[in-house]
Amino acid sequence: MAQPPNQNIDKDWFLEHHIMMHRIRAFEETAARANQDKLVLGAIHLSIGQEAIASGICKNLMKEDFLLSTHRGHGHTLAKGADPEAMMLELLGRHGGICKGKGGSMHIADASVGMLGANGVVAANINIATGAAHAIKLKRATNISCCIFGDGAINRGPFLEGLNWSGVFNLPVLFVCESNGFASTTRTDAMTSGEGAVARARSMGLTAIEVDGNDIVAVDEISREYIANIRSGKGPHLISFNTYRLHGHTASDPASYRPAAEVNEAWKKDPIERCSELLLRLGITKEIINEHRKIALEEMERIYKTAREAPWPSDDLAFSDVQDSGDPRQGAF
Amino acid sequence: MVKMTYAEAAKLALAEEMRRDPLVWAIGEDLGRGGVFGQYSGLLDEFGPERISDAPISESAIMGASVGAAMAGTRPVVEMRFADFALCAVDELINQAAKARYMLGGQVKVPMVIREPMGMWRSSAAQHSQSLESWYAHIPGLVVAVPSTPADNRGLFKTAIRSDDPVVYFEHKNIWGYEGDVPEDEVLIPFGKGRLERKGDDLTIVSWSAQMHIAANAATLLQAEGISAELIDLRTLWPWDKQMVFDSVEKTGRLLITHESVSVGGFGAEIAATVSEQLFSVLKAPITRCAAPRVPISYAPPLEDKIRVSSEQIVEAARKLVEASSGEK
Repeated sequence: MAQPPNQNIDKDWFLEHHIMMHRIRAFEETAARANQDKLVLGAIHLSIGQEAIASGICKNLMKEDFLLSTHRGHGHTLAKGADPEAMMLELLGRHGGICKGKGGSMHIADASVGMLGANGVVAANINIATGAAHAIKLKRATNISCCIFGDGAINRGPFLEGLNWSGVFNLPVLFVCESNGFASTTRTDAMTSGEGAVARARSMGLTAIEVDGNDIVAVDEISREYIANIRSGKGPHLISFNTYRLHGHTASDPASYRPAAEVNEAWKKDPIERCSELLLRLGITKEIINEHRKIALEEMERIYKTAREAPWPSDDLAFSDVQDSGDPRQGAF
Repeated sequence: MVKMTYAEAAKLALAEEMRRDPLVWAIGEDLGRGGVFGQYSGLLDEFGPERISDAPISESAIMGASVGAAMAGTRPVVEMRFADFALCAVDELINQAAKARYMLGGQVKVPMVIREPMGMWRSSAAQHSQSLESWYAHIPGLVVAVPSTPADNRGLFKTAIRSDDPVVYFEHKNIWGYEGDVPEDEVLIPFGKGRLERKGDDLTIVSWSAQMHIAANAATLLQAEGISAELIDLRTLWPWDKQMVFDSVEKTGRLLITHESVSVGGFGAEIAATVSEQLFSVLKAPITRCAAPRVPISYAPPLEDKIRVSSEQIVEAARKLVEASSGEK
């Protein structure tokens, strides 16, 4: 992707972040609308409010770097360079979907840009990303692996096993915890003993830090620093980004288990608004800033129109991509 | 032909494949000292600790990291130590390895071999003795290999390493030391091709893994009684050689399936159902299964022996099968 910014704040760099964050927001809002229109076939999990992390991390990765994501992975996938039209087609289960209509939202992926998959199982991506980093090391390659997961994932076994493994083998992997406060519909802190992701990572010898995940400048800076460290052979790192999930667990979850005042307060820290304020301070006009949202909404509206008019995938696809050996139709009526 | 053991044949196959392809590597607990059964002994010296790699006791990470390493272009050979321990990594195998290619619409493949030493040996009780091959045959995306001889363990293992599918590779612990002839030349045994262990006319016996040797002994005993048994070693359960079984049953009209694993829901049931669906008209008698009762495996030898299927039991079942239907054509 692009070159790193100058020492001082690089306007163009953050304009690009602003555009990407708006594209993610618009994609998610359009997906939510498609869900209300009953055109999304399965559960979708929106990343509204967490866009700075996706943009901040992915803009500092190379195309060749691997990314493994979670069930809340639309933003990460888009920021890594996937085509949003193919993504929307996938959400609607249509012909031309990025996974041929076989995975849906929770398995969204684009291997051509190193995005090796969202995952329907919490924390399952941690070991996979660690293994991708292991392959990089074996091949003496220079790319890295990045794994994004939520704060709920740190209470599953693969968090311990994968982080320990990454340290034992000194692997080029960046772990990113999006600490949005909720593990599904339960508050994560009520279900977590001790100090959480950073303390646990440090106890296993990883370099780890907690950062404001709604501050695009902070996210960009720490991502660039840690990714450079990892690329230079300094082993696995972890960043825990504090953020807030502005919508429910799924697009159909009203999230009535939390007070409205808390959510209203969280909206005041909207990462996109904060980025807009930064750009204003840097001398970008309000017109240009507002234009980013308009363009993003138009792009996603076009995509949604294409997706809802697209045909279903052909029936044959049910039997392809299973495995090379054996007849997948055996047992079929 | 060269004489070697079942374990030596697998080691030879792994070494040959590692020499051929630098992206093949093995990962598991205690591999550096040769593996818990010595099946990796000496390989560290030739290939070094990166490619014969020790792992923490983290089955979930051994399997899960291998999924990622396979997706990222290497060919891991994953040592699970005991088939029983692979149950600590069920998500990684079933939800991830077996599904990734399909769920991602063919964007990735997961070429990995999962070695799962299986089965009963002496007094190891219910967490070190299980035969779970039927479970994996049920999962779309996986290949299931169950070699019984040194030659097959070399030829199937090599095919497994070169396969782009995840292969669950069951080696039976009780036959690590079993010696047999292995061709000097490299032979790749395709998946889904059974091996005719013995020709016969009166009944067909289908088996695999160590149980195949018990069935072979039964066939010898039956011959002494004047009953001629044809014995098929399936070698892989997915895919499985339906044609070889069909051809044999068309000739004999009688089918007995024997496996060490639990009878209920076992792969024998799949074979029996398939044969009765396809060849009902040629069957002279109901299909018979000789497999384990549905109880955990015991520690004390007399209790353990209660759930072993012996050659004598197979002989008795075969005799009944033939006698009950003799004279029918």
